[in-house]
Amino acid sequence: MASIELEAPGTTQLLLGNEAIARGALEAGIGFAASYPGTPASEIMDTLSSITKKMGIHAEWSVNEKVALEAAAGASFAGIRAIASMKQNGINVASDFLINLAMTGIGKGLVAVVADDPGAISSTNEQDSRNICKWMNLPLLEVSNAQDAKDITKWAFDLSEELDTICIVRSVNRIGHTRGNVELGKLPKSKHRAYFPIIWDMFKPTKSKFTTGPFIELHKVLLQKLAKAEEEFEVSPYNYYTGPEKAELLIITSGACTHYCTEAVKELKLEDNVGIFKLTTTWPLPEKLVSKQLSRSQKVLFVEESDPFIERSVMELAANLPPDSPRLVFYGKRSRHIPLYGELHPDIVINTIANLMGVTYLARDITYEKEVNELYRVIPGRTLNLCPGCPHRATFWAVKNALQLDGRDGFVCGDIGCYSLGFAAGGYYQLRTMHAMGSGIGVANGLGSLSRFGFEQPVIAMVGDSTFLHAAIPALINGVYNKSNFILLILDNNATAMTGFQPHPGTGMTATGEPTFHIDIEALCRSLGVHVEVCDPFELKNTIDTLLRLLAEAGGAKVVIMRRECEMVRAKREKRFPYVVSVDPDICIGEACGCNRVCTRVFQCPGLIYDQELRKATIDEAVCTGCGLCADICPHGAIIKKVAES
Amino acid sequence: MKKLSKEPLNMIIAGVGGQGNVLLSFLIGKALVQNGYFVSVGDTYGASQRGGSVASHVRISEHTCYGSLIPSGHADVILSLEPAETLRMLCRFGNPDVVTITNTRPIYSSDVTSGNDVYPKIDELLKLIEKLSAEVIVIKATDEAFKLGNPIFANVILIGALIGSGVLPLDKKSLEPILQENFPKEFDANMAAFNTGMKLAGH
Repeated sequence: MASIELEAPGTTQLLLGNEAIARGALEAGIGFAASYPGTPASEIMDTLSSITKKMGIHAEWSVNEKVALEAAAGASFAGIRAIASMKQNGINVASDFLINLAMTGIGKGLVAVVADDPGAISSTNEQDSRNICKWMNLPLLEVSNAQDAKDITKWAFDLSEELDTICIVRSVNRIGHTRGNVELGKLPKSKHRAYFPIIWDMFKPTKSKFTTGPFIELHKVLLQKLAKAEEEFEVSPYNYYTGPEKAELLIITSGACTHYCTEAVKELKLEDNVGIFKLTTTWPLPEKLVSKQLSRSQKVLFVEESDPFIERSVMELAANLPPDSPRLVFYGKRSRHIPLYGELHPDIVINTIANLMGVTYLARDITYEKEVNELYRVIPGRTLNLCPGCPHRATFWAVKNALQLDGRDGFVCGDIGCYSLGFAAGGYYQLRTMHAMGSGIGVANGLGSLSRFGFEQPVIAMVGDSTFLHAAIPALINGVYNKSNFILLILDNNATAMTGFQPHPGTGMTATGEPTFHIDIEALCRSLGVHVEVCDPFELKNTIDTLLRLLAEAGGAKVVIMRRECEMVRAKREKRFPYVVSVDPDICIGEACGCNRVCTRVFQCPGLIYDQELRKATIDEAVCTGCGLCADICPHGAIIKKVAES
Repeated sequence: MKKLSKEPLNMIIAGVGGQGNVLLSFLIGKALVQNGYFVSVGDTYGASQRGGSVASHVRISEHTCYGSLIPSGHADVILSLEPAETLRMLCRFGNPDVVTITNTRPIYSSDVTSGNDVYPKIDELLKLIEKLSAEVIVIKATDEAFKLGNPIFANVILIGALIGSGVLPLDKKSLEPILQENFPKEFDANMAAFNTGMKLAGH
């Protein structure tokens, strides 16, 4: 659904934060955009790739975030404004290039947008990417809603050129995935002309020469750029204070938390007592401006996600205030007034401020509250599960059965993707390690090299098709080269499914929907000399037999490509179900089956439910997608699949 | 621009991943912005969509864009695609003045089908929902959607019911162009679903 109006400057549109970031980049006149899909950043590229032709820009899904950033930098070096967008973990992948890029500077404006995921709503970890800016000496801007996401992204390009360095814009899930009113600005009409400058001024080695040497000299220059950024930030209109001239409590906040603070102060009717300083330029800290704000109150509360980033910088600053300054009392993460982990929420901020200001707060009527507390227990849980019809369910079922039959305590090493749900009931708890993109194979490399220590457990590594191309190829090469023993399952569903079905090099289609070279994963693996087999996981028996056979064979790395298209992608294209599935209640033996209801208790497809009154399994026709897999796992043949009429 | 019954007016749109929450909140939000309101729509994306409990927070104002999360106990309207989710949202965001519009068709989670958890009987569930709401509009949206040929229409039926209930400052005219724009090929079917919802809400 990511799309933006291209015309209509001056009008107000409802834009997703990520669409607003894309719009800001377009208003800044970008000619180049690169990204790798990752929640909560994906819609930035989804948006840009949908309008490349109209805008005459290049937009690509790169193979990973490091390449995306490198490609964007290349464009910048040749005089084209460029953006690279990524989720929090993406900037980790790009970090080695980023720290070197900080040394060389840029050509035309270059911006990296990093979208953090406080609360790990769709990530394997919580991470505060702001720290990378401090580590690498890069200017950092934090956006707080859709409107300023657009405005600040646009400003970041000017700033980048002025400072001759890449500028980092930091968003979070609650901004990227919130829609809000955005007043559109003008789109520039300028034509882009790219040229890489081959002549540079030897007396000014920092300009138009993109090498990190002379190293020490350029490190010094980098710090000078940062000092200049601080000067800029002292006068930025995006840092502002609202509240009384002198306040009983000063809140310093940034990003999405700005709204929680504003709401809390209003909710508690403390507008005349509490002031809010919204900081957009959080690194480097504009010390003079912040010092001025600190004179408003002796009590200071920090509200930010996720680390005490501003909090620590301000404390460092406070330690250097003149000796006659009044003693300040700081509240925040260090004092445990604000939690150090998890996503922040208006409730937390309201209660913290109420506590500090000595006022009472009741979210709602107290009788209602009591009633509700009794009722929470009747609401059933909703553990995340793979979608109905998902090929990964078949893969996990096959793996579970094969490992059980093998009987040597085999297990699966995985990573991040839809198949991460394999660590829970939906994947039969088969996934036993889960870390970064492609890490399952790396970890399996180590585990598969422990035979000298008496290690005999079979090791299965698991990776999605997009993730395989992103980060796993070196690990597979390593396994082949170092003779590690593991079976790699590449779950090839022909999409980057978890983030919104984006194409990748294995799909034969570019970000803009154009046909391109199709990177043949099977041929690529074969070229490494590794043993490769291909299975359709929906052919359950064959898949289980294949896995059993490979588990029994002697060592070395082996690859099985589990090839079956993502059900969501298939359904969208074909708009019909392959089978009509039903349960014959006369054959279904309900609780007497297997170890008590093998289909609903163990197999757990959302489309297959248990009728408590009939005490039989049944199909939920509002949910079932007619894949027919359950018909193959029913030991009594009570589940019937009939080919659907077209 | 009609005056809002409350500033800001807070609405939760509840459901289960895959039911079309994001689309629902997008269509309503778009209609509100086109009618001059400030809107903030916070959605759930990504992993949480995989069969999990999802809620869109829609915050409507005459003056400013509010933050994307409604504080606990502060919902004015709860529009829900799934009855157990209705109760979940009432428990967290409800208050004695809340107006609830709810579908009746359960979606059983794996916790329920596996036997680890019990799904309440629908009559009991509706009684609890009534107890916690100032007003409840019960819509058999999925049943009606099946009559229209596809269970997914439940979400547009609920938009119809929402507009029919009069809790938002929007009418049929303000939604029509939005449905036209978003469903150019299936406009008639979606309009039929919308009208069904309007009718079920008493219009």
